[in-house]
Amino acid sequence: MGQYLLVTIQVDLYDQLAESLEADLVNMVRKTSAKGVLIDVSSVSIIDSFMGRILGNIAAMSKIMDAETVVVGMQPAVAITLVELGLPLKGVHSALNVERGMELLRSKILQEEETPEEDDNDNTDSTE
Amino acid sequence: MSIIKEHDVVPFRNRVKEYAVKIGMSLLNQTKLITGASELVRNMLKYGGGGTVKIEVLSRTRDSGIRLTFEDKGPGIPDVKKAMLDGFTTGNSMGLGLPGTKRLMNEFDIQSEVGKGTTITIIKWKNG
Amino acid sequence: MKNESIKIFQKKKAAILEKWLTLQLEEDGLREDLMSNADLRIQSEELLSSLIDNLSDSNIDQPQSSDFETVIEILSSISISRAKQGYTPRETGSFIYSLKEALLKTLSEEMKDPAALYKQSMTINKTMDSFAIATFETFIKGREEVILRQTDEITEISTPVIQVWDGIVALPIIGTLDSARTQVVMENLLQAIVETESRIAILDISGVPAVDSLVAQHLIKTVSATRLMGAECIISGIRPEIAQTVVHLGIDLSHIITKSTLESALKTSFAMLNLDVTKKQKPKTQHTIN
Repeated sequence: MGQYLLVTIQVDLYDQLAESLEADLVNMVRKTSAKGVLIDVSSVSIIDSFMGRILGNIAAMSKIMDAETVVVGMQPAVAITLVELGLPLKGVHSALNVERGMELLRSKILQEEETPEEDDNDNTDSTE
Repeated sequence: MSIIKEHDVVPFRNRVKEYAVKIGMSLLNQTKLITGASELVRNMLKYGGGGTVKIEVLSRTRDSGIRLTFEDKGPGIPDVKKAMLDGFTTGNSMGLGLPGTKRLMNEFDIQSEVGKGTTITIIKWKNG
Repeated sequence: MKNESIKIFQKKKAAILEKWLTLQLEEDGLREDLMSNADLRIQSEELLSSLIDNLSDSNIDQPQSSDFETVIEILSSISISRAKQGYTPRETGSFIYSLKEALLKTLSEEMKDPAALYKQSMTINKTMDSFAIATFETFIKGREEVILRQTDEITEISTPVIQVWDGIVALPIIGTLDSARTQVVMENLLQAIVETESRIAILDISGVPAVDSLVAQHLIKTVSATRLMGAECIISGIRPEIAQTVVHLGIDLSHIITKSTLESALKTSFAMLNLDVTKKQKPKTQHTIN
């Protein structure tokens, strides 16, 4: 149990699985009172509008539960396809890889809280 | 191949990928093709109640490509022009499926008759 | 009755080949640098045999006949390969025209009746001209292939991604930005971001002659894709006339970081990466990072 949740999507999800991921993840945010969610999509070769919507949903749901979502490791071809499709994943932050994602989350949370004690917890990121 | 339930989507995408790899399509075009195909298959399941997809390999001077024909016997689309507009949806999605897919493809053709069903044909050229 | 000219051709095949080769060798355009005489002889012989073997009463005035498929095929492969080797159209054309000349000469030597000779010559003329046209068609197609390949190469080399600093890549775009080019730009840029683990990508459009709404759309797409990768994209090199057209066309670039020069884009990037670039006081000008 820690500040961040890390989810790695390893396979191309079919719709039901993606939907249950959405539900599970939001529950986990609640349970662990995580401040950030990292979704690693580096092994996902296809993100269509459904998958994009799931990602957007997770971000929006986490947001109202006070957690930021960062999608990390998107493949160039996937990014270009998403843009062509007209789906720039608004409201979802992106980072090149997991470390960068962590950094981004840290800075986001710092900005928000602006309390020095956050610094102490910074190095104790734990992942799911 | 026929698509009747959600679980058919991922195997279908893999089949399309196999063909795309076989003709030596670039990773970006592969991604675009599969993403577009995925959108259409999803539409077919959601609105058309399932249907069939035909995968064909085409060749023309100095180029080859893949043609996918999606055929369903669903309710059809009353106003095709409207359905091709960004943001128009009858379901609760984002309405990107059809226009977005058109942007990802080289050729896109839609025939729909209310009460009879919808046929969508898409072509992606290897170097297109 | 078998067509007389066919009989003559079959009988005189060897003589025709010699005549043809002599004619070809006389030609100024003979390219010994590109093909040896021996190869020329082999090519010529192959074409002549296939032509004479396939000639018949019924097709002599029908160059479109399917009997000539092999002839056309040989011709095509010869002219395509010549186009790629850099032969001129004249050189390639004289190959087939000198064959016509050889055939007609042979006919005039062998046939005594002027009326028949005239008639046969006309027929042969027409058929051979049609082959010549086919030759040109394929020659041009061969050239087009060369052009197409060069276009690909140009697109490839015209999108150089440069790593200007640790964490910063830049891509100067020179020339018009159409959708095909945008694809290549995006692909190369995103690939470079992954490889160099860059946080900032600078797209310099000083070399883009004009920005219309389509080009702007391409730029916006590139920026969006960069952001999806987790990097920020700065567009630099916005010339005054570009700024004018963009505003007049009502294109909204406000959510994109734009800079007028590459220099200021670089400065912004340094600031974003918390880098401080200063001039050293004493020895000589040198950039240092704190």
